[in-house]
Amino acid sequence: MFRRLHDAGGQSVTIDFEGDALQVGAQETVAAALMAAGAGHSRTTPVSGAPRLPFCMMGVCFDCLVEIDGVPNKQACMETVREGMKIRRQDGKRRLDP
Amino acid sequence: MHSADVIVVGGGSFGAAVAYGLVRQGVDTVILDGSDDSLRAARGNFGLVWVQSKGMGLQRYADWSRESSHLWTDFADDLQDSAGIHVNYQNGGGLNLLLSEEERENCRRSIDIMRQQAGPDGYDAEIIERDEVQKMVPGLRVGDEVAGASFGPHDGHANPLRLLRALHCGFEHRGGRYFAQNEVVSITHDGSAFVAQTANDRFVAPKIVIACGHGITKLAPMVGLNAPIRPQRGQVLVTERIETTVEMALGSIRQTDEGGFMFGNSEEEVGFNDGTTLPIAGNIAARAVKAFPQLSGVRLVRNWGCIRVLTPDKCAIYDESETMPGAYVATSHSGVTLAAVNAHHVANWVATGDTPPDFDHFSARRFDVPAAA
Repeated sequence: MFRRLHDAGGQSVTIDFEGDALQVGAQETVAAALMAAGAGHSRTTPVSGAPRLPFCMMGVCFDCLVEIDGVPNKQACMETVREGMKIRRQDGKRRLDP
Repeated sequence: MHSADVIVVGGGSFGAAVAYGLVRQGVDTVILDGSDDSLRAARGNFGLVWVQSKGMGLQRYADWSRESSHLWTDFADDLQDSAGIHVNYQNGGGLNLLLSEEERENCRRSIDIMRQQAGPDGYDAEIIERDEVQKMVPGLRVGDEVAGASFGPHDGHANPLRLLRALHCGFEHRGGRYFAQNEVVSITHDGSAFVAQTANDRFVAPKIVIACGHGITKLAPMVGLNAPIRPQRGQVLVTERIETTVEMALGSIRQTDEGGFMFGNSEEEVGFNDGTTLPIAGNIAARAVKAFPQLSGVRLVRNWGCIRVLTPDKCAIYDESETMPGAYVATSHSGVTLAAVNAHHVANWVATGDTPPDFDHFSARRFDVPAAA
């Protein structure tokens, strides 16, 4: 559904999204990488449970929330991918640590 | 030019509640509201329906707050019916957490004074121990430094933004006319009715209610009223959304029905500066973590400052002008707590002239008494 306007070239890294290994550009944000990979929805809302994709891509709308390396509710559009990063969908509200 | 039975100046939770109550009684009412750059305390409100700390030095105000909380359940249902908006009122009581022995001692003294002041009417809040607090808040581990809490059975909370929206929708649904961007610049009386002049329009009515927060200080003297209010800033923090763990209102901590926690209790004397500051926000967050250590890892998503509308004794002012009858002033920083009495009793007072009992206690004339030398 999404395609890159120009190939940034250069290096790629491997990230893990819900157990799937994805090859993505090393300079991309998590949000851009997930959309380019066609990874599907990145969160469900806390109120109605509706599936969502990243929207504003500039840190305002909070629709791109994901869990990154065990930390919930991270804004995927504000994080650059790293080799070995483990990403999970943000499924509604987070839970508190015991 | 527009005419009506009553002009309500101010569309915040105070003005809108009175106006909503008026149209519910069939009174032809207009609301004249300010603009997006107005101070708008109703939009920064924390959302407490709070009774336990209200009315120190003015028992009528303690009773008034309690009466409002008793009306709130039906009021919320009524808003659901007329506006289709659920304001999520929770009435399970409220805890004011005490985070040191000193805070506990101060609280105990306040409760003694309130109890003495209330006399046979009774005062219902009491101090409870830490283990009882834990039982009332089973979803979160209570911090070791919590030295108990005062529990008020009449306290609760609601979503203040949905309340405001429900009041506006309910008002318009019942035929009220709402005018945004119509800040009133002057009020005169032409011999038969009050004339409210805005930048581009005129509104005429035999009665006028001035309930526009800090705008009151300019408008009230035009109709022979006085409301000595001052600004005080409160900062609020909002967290990411978290699985519901706390249903009860906890004074400066409450969890909304959508999962976010709100923290806030600052009382800052900074004039009309509604900004935010890191040291105050840090103190607010540190208190929340002290109360509930599990909150230490949560992410904050928002921080705002908002200006309270504070009277000298922190109790509400309700007054009708002696020199220009039909002109009223109504104000307090407790717009959510008092929304139910404002929609019922205050609207009825304005509509019928039927003054609620001992209502002169709320007159701003109480501040005219000079302090003893």
